[in-house]
Amino acid sequence: MAERSWSLGGALRGLFTTPVVDDEMWDDLEAALIGADFGPDLTDEILDHLRSEVDRLRITDPADVKRLLRETIEERLAAHDPTLRLSERPAVVLVVGVNGVGKTTTIGKFAKFLTGYQRSVVVGAADTFRAAAVDQLATWAERAGAGVVRPQQQGQDPASVAYQTVERAIADGTDIAIIDTAGRLQTKAGLMDELAKVRRVVEKLAPIAEVLLVLDGTTGQNGVAQAQAFIEHAGVTGLVITKLDGSAKGGFVLRVQQQTGIPIKLIGQGEGIGDLTGFTPHVFAQSLVP
Amino acid sequence: MATFGTLSDRLTQTFSALRTKGKLSPADVDGTVREIRRALLDADVALPVVKDFTGRVRERALGDEVNKALNPAQQVVKIVNDELVTILGGEQRRLQFAKSGPTVIMLAGLQGAGKTTLAGKLAKWLKNDGHTPMLVAADLQRPNAVQQLQVVGEQAGASVYAPEPGNGVGDPVRVAKDAMKVARDKQHDVVIVDTAGRLGVDAELMKQAASIRKAVDPDEVLFVIDAMIGQDAVATAQAFQEGVDFTGVVLSKLDGDARGGAALSVASVTGRPIMFASTGEGLDDFEPFHPDRMASRILDLGDILTLIEQAQKAFDEDQARKTAEKFATDSFTLEDFLEQMQQLKNMGSIKGMLGMLPGARGMKEQLDNFDESELTRTEAIIRSMTPAERRMPKLLNGSRRLRIAKGSGTTVTEVNQLVMRFEQAAKMMKTVAKGGMPQIPGMGPLGMGGGPGARSARKAAKKKGKAGSRSGNPAKRAAEEAAKAQGGSAGGAATGSGFGLGGGGAAGNQAPSAEELEALQKFLGR
Ligand SMILES: Nc1nc2c(ncn2[C@@H]2O[C@H](COP(=O)(O)OP(=O)(O)OP(=O)(O)O)[C@@H](O)[C@H]2O)c(=O)[nH]1
Ligand SMILES: [Mg+2]
Repeated sequence: MAERSWSLGGALRGLFTTPVVDDEMWDDLEAALIGADFGPDLTDEILDHLRSEVDRLRITDPADVKRLLRETIEERLAAHDPTLRLSERPAVVLVVGVNGVGKTTTIGKFAKFLTGYQRSVVVGAADTFRAAAVDQLATWAERAGAGVVRPQQQGQDPASVAYQTVERAIADGTDIAIIDTAGRLQTKAGLMDELAKVRRVVEKLAPIAEVLLVLDGTTGQNGVAQAQAFIEHAGVTGLVITKLDGSAKGGFVLRVQQQTGIPIKLIGQGEGIGDLTGFTPHVFAQSLVP
Repeated sequence: MATFGTLSDRLTQTFSALRTKGKLSPADVDGTVREIRRALLDADVALPVVKDFTGRVRERALGDEVNKALNPAQQVVKIVNDELVTILGGEQRRLQFAKSGPTVIMLAGLQGAGKTTLAGKLAKWLKNDGHTPMLVAADLQRPNAVQQLQVVGEQAGASVYAPEPGNGVGDPVRVAKDAMKVARDKQHDVVIVDTAGRLGVDAELMKQAASIRKAVDPDEVLFVIDAMIGQDAVATAQAFQEGVDFTGVVLSKLDGDARGGAALSVASVTGRPIMFASTGEGLDDFEPFHPDRMASRILDLGDILTLIEQAQKAFDEDQARKTAEKFATDSFTLEDFLEQMQQLKNMGSIKGMLGMLPGARGMKEQLDNFDESELTRTEAIIRSMTPAERRMPKLLNGSRRLRIAKGSGTTVTEVNQLVMRFEQAAKMMKTVAKGGMPQIPGMGPLGMGGGPGARSARKAAKKKGKAGSRSGNPAKRAAEEAAKAQGGSAGGAATGSGFGLGGGGAAGNQAPSAEELEALQKFLGR
């Protein structure tokens, strides 16, 4: 294989030291976007846009093309409002996503973030399916200084755990209730319906403030299908992108945002309890096009 | 944003434009290769791998083997598939067991790839095979990973060595080392070491993984990778190859709908065999990896290849060319029609053929309504005609039609319908031969024999409205169909047979067994 240790940064750095705007530059640019998981369609779309801008503005310096690209990406990322809406009391947050993307970890970090701002938090272990999932969440709750509602028995209906969590938050006057759910592939109709049921049951007690869909930053084009299915069944209001501390760039999220209009609200960058940040289009664009 | 449809749809279009050409020009090949490139990228195959791959395909496609083929464009797709299967299945092999002492299997991979669940699946699978596996809890990082392994071990009926509580407490290298002694003492013949997920860029943790490897001297190091991963698969696989030098790959979460291009990336960049597929959350959702199924899945090609192969077997190439000429020049007769039909019969069930066509996506209902006995009747009608009538259907006046109906045991209406359909079909094939879109995309000159059945089937489907949306996967459809046939509900002719095992491309013409169907369903996970 010719290109062994390929990286977007490297490709673009190399690319933008090329002094002229030529075919090779465009090829490198394409490779950079594809390599960052933008996917072939969006890559074509962005490149077409750039080409016409380069023509229109008579750009001759590749450095300007780079700036233009970063701006284009930033602009698109900024098209949606990343604000978390947590004003109801209790503010109920439901966390959903496919298996192993980082839901439980994100809840741990998020709870810590909130308790850091003197908000009281209770987490609900509605993943009653996966082995030791309840214990895992309880460990995070303890680290974050949050309360936890566990199922009374193994395999209990997740909707009832979610209900009890909100019930408890109301009774205790807790500010925020975050509900963990079991990972599920978006193709499993039965499991997707289960999520809809969790929603319905919780809404009998209180409106749901946010439904956060966690997407693994290493994901490829399947991320779009994931988002579409979870939006349909769980009414997603925001995205969380995790594992951006690795070598993956997460370019697919731009496609997700464009196609669904759902904003990115949080970014996970590690396994530590402090490794969670808000979403800043400028920073994200910068990391995509360094 | 526009959706571009599946590769089969796009290629079908490319093909129909190329169909009549005897030879492919370099420009034709480039067009096809471009579609394949796009399909691979859509499937998340890493760009360097795609470039390498399409370069090789292009070279072969411009070679002799293609230009001599019945349908050069389809031959290109066949090349693509062959190359894919070669890379994916390059070094198919089974687990390597130790000659003496316990066999050690170490698991490694990114966070959330599915290692712990796989540990349980492996344990159960090995236990069913008469082994006495022991699981080792060497993920001391992720909260409650130790408990998870304990639960999973219990479900699998395997013992678990978990001396440390985890959650950041304990030394995984030490645990791994001690485990070897424990396994020997307790006479476990297989040891499965679960390790913490780690990033390829995390030098410190990669070093730790290398130390674990050194401590247990494994017979197999399995790299577990999520089928949904994108372009990063290459960098990650390389990091793990350098870090722990894995011996095999397990593709996880294949029960989703990710096309799984990572499989191709990892196999071609590391040269390590993909050994297993993990296909669900249950401990039994685990199976040996099938390169041919994976190739079809990555390309999303349905069973177009099986179809091409069967067509190539059944059709004499020269004759096919002659037929194409006849279509183009309007000299196609009922006699030719009859001959075509007989050839189709040689190929097995028509329904089966239709079922394998990617162009037949969403045609489940049509397939249900396809009545093969109609073909037999059609044959009888044509056989009752004189050679002159077969060549010149215009001769068929009222009294001749009555005679034919009597001779074939049918009615005049049926004879009328046949003649009408023949004329329509001949017209349709003429369009096809000239490069237009066929009625049944992807069938080429084959479409002919399917004509009558497919037509009435289409009518039936119209009555019922559009077929189900997501039975697009031919293999899945095949499974449904065959299951139905087994249940005896599909009317009339011996249907299920030709459906074969679509997705596997494995079993040619016999009905899949219940187990095969189950495995297939699992594999497809829909
Ligand atoms: N490097 C890194 N790892 C992460 C991040 N977020 C989560 N992880 C790890 O990913 C793995 C899976 O995380 P979980 O939080 O258990 O994921 P989940 O979605 O709850 O998983 P299931 O409940 O099993 O579906 C764990 O090993 C986490 O430590 C992140 O931002 N960066
Ligand atoms: Mg979880």
